[in-house]
Amino acid sequence: MRNVSIIGAGLTPFGERWDTSFRELVYEAATAAIADSKVEGKDIQAIYGGTMAPGRLIGQEHIGALIADQLGLNPIPSVRLEAACASGGVALRQAYLSVASGAHDIVAVGGVEKMTEVSTEEVSTALGGAGDQEWELFLGATFPAIYALMARRHMHEFGTTEEQLALCSVKNHANAVHNPFAQYRNAVSVEDVMDSGYIASPLKLLDCSPITDGAAALILCASEKAKHYTDTPVEILASAQASDTLALANRRTLTGLDATVVAAKEAFKQARLQPKDIHVAEVHDCFSIAEVMAIEDLGFYAKGKGGKAVQDGETQLNSKLSVNTSGGLKACGHPVGATGIKQAAEVTWQLQQKAGKRQVSTCDIGLTHNVGGSGATAVVHLFKRGD
Amino acid sequence: MPERYRLVGSKCLTCHSEFFPQRKFCPHCRRKGKIVKHDMPTEGKIFSFTEVSSGPEGFEHQTPYFMAIVELKNGVRLMSQLVDSPKGTVKIGAPVQLVFRRIAEDEHEGAIAYGYKFKVVG
Repeated sequence: MRNVSIIGAGLTPFGERWDTSFRELVYEAATAAIADSKVEGKDIQAIYGGTMAPGRLIGQEHIGALIADQLGLNPIPSVRLEAACASGGVALRQAYLSVASGAHDIVAVGGVEKMTEVSTEEVSTALGGAGDQEWELFLGATFPAIYALMARRHMHEFGTTEEQLALCSVKNHANAVHNPFAQYRNAVSVEDVMDSGYIASPLKLLDCSPITDGAAALILCASEKAKHYTDTPVEILASAQASDTLALANRRTLTGLDATVVAAKEAFKQARLQPKDIHVAEVHDCFSIAEVMAIEDLGFYAKGKGGKAVQDGETQLNSKLSVNTSGGLKACGHPVGATGIKQAAEVTWQLQQKAGKRQVSTCDIGLTHNVGGSGATAVVHLFKRGD
Repeated sequence: MPERYRLVGSKCLTCHSEFFPQRKFCPHCRRKGKIVKHDMPTEGKIFSFTEVSSGPEGFEHQTPYFMAIVELKNGVRLMSQLVDSPKGTVKIGAPVQLVFRRIAEDEHEGAIAYGYKFKVVG
């Protein structure tokens, strides 16, 4: 296996993009990444695209071919990856493996979701497919309900409070204020979150990530050739993925995601690093409780101590560990298939010192953490400055 | 649907692990396991719960309602709706019992799905 670097990153603005189609989102993000990388179309040898539910959301399948067609990159191989909300993360991993293996030198990897073409109910039903249709959704569970069951148990076992959960959203909105790509660039207070109304107790509206249109793209290159294209490549130090039961009830625990624990341990082993080496982390905060569990499961805090760490401000920008500088899924937005790639784009910009007012001052090593469903898939990547 | 109607799960005769829903083979023993159908206990306790204020399609008439992870007496956990359980009684650790109920209605075809729910007892 050889080393692989990111040599370009591009995003669309995240939000309700009423005037922009699925394929226009693909075009926006991909051309931004290609322009950032200085590669030419003819240099790209394969495409990996992550998207969760275009069949349900826009009536379109065969997304691999659509992307190659839209980008004028026929006839190179192009494939679509799906792992629910971790579709972007698994696409990045497959793209990474294709370059690390020597099969390709330069590939494009992206993620996209167009979620506002259908009603909120239809989006909820489509996203429900990330859980266990037969033994969760059919019985009346919603995704907020599934994460609420984890939150309630976490509160019961460790004394985590609703205010501590709310502070995740407050922090992520504060970060998104400085992110021009974010869906919600407004600050919120703890009171705003606490007063936002229960969706599935103890989770309230502002504990939940929104419905978002958006796309993200990266250009990956064998590290030995990366300097031909950029002075500031970002090397992918590790790529790890793990699986768990589709249904929450069948897991060992409700208070953490074992798939995250396994993927994180494997990633740190690959990179010969430890959690304390990380300066910036984009973690999967589809719900506020997910961020608390993530910072525990990734090894930054002991199990049960995540809520206190958030309350003490340790995960704020330029505090002990800068978590979700993009605004996270909560405030940057969560176009499901795009999220895993957006996380890597954010960490890339942080490591390149291009993150503007949300820049982490000391920033050499970064982590991304992308989860599918309620934790049946977890993907962890580690990155460092390659210059 | 013996699983959804009567809570019939599986048991591995090799390692004695019990499963719900049913499994075709034992993930612990793999080819050395022997899986048979096995009735789950009808009593357990609330392991975690949530009150759903924003229900999905087909559940409009029931919203708000409680969903729970129930831990059965054999240690197997499953997800279920809680019914006939006043708000103050729904707590982690509260004893619950299996009941047979209407799950959801399909507004377009009029089909009604039935299955298991649990209620707080004692």
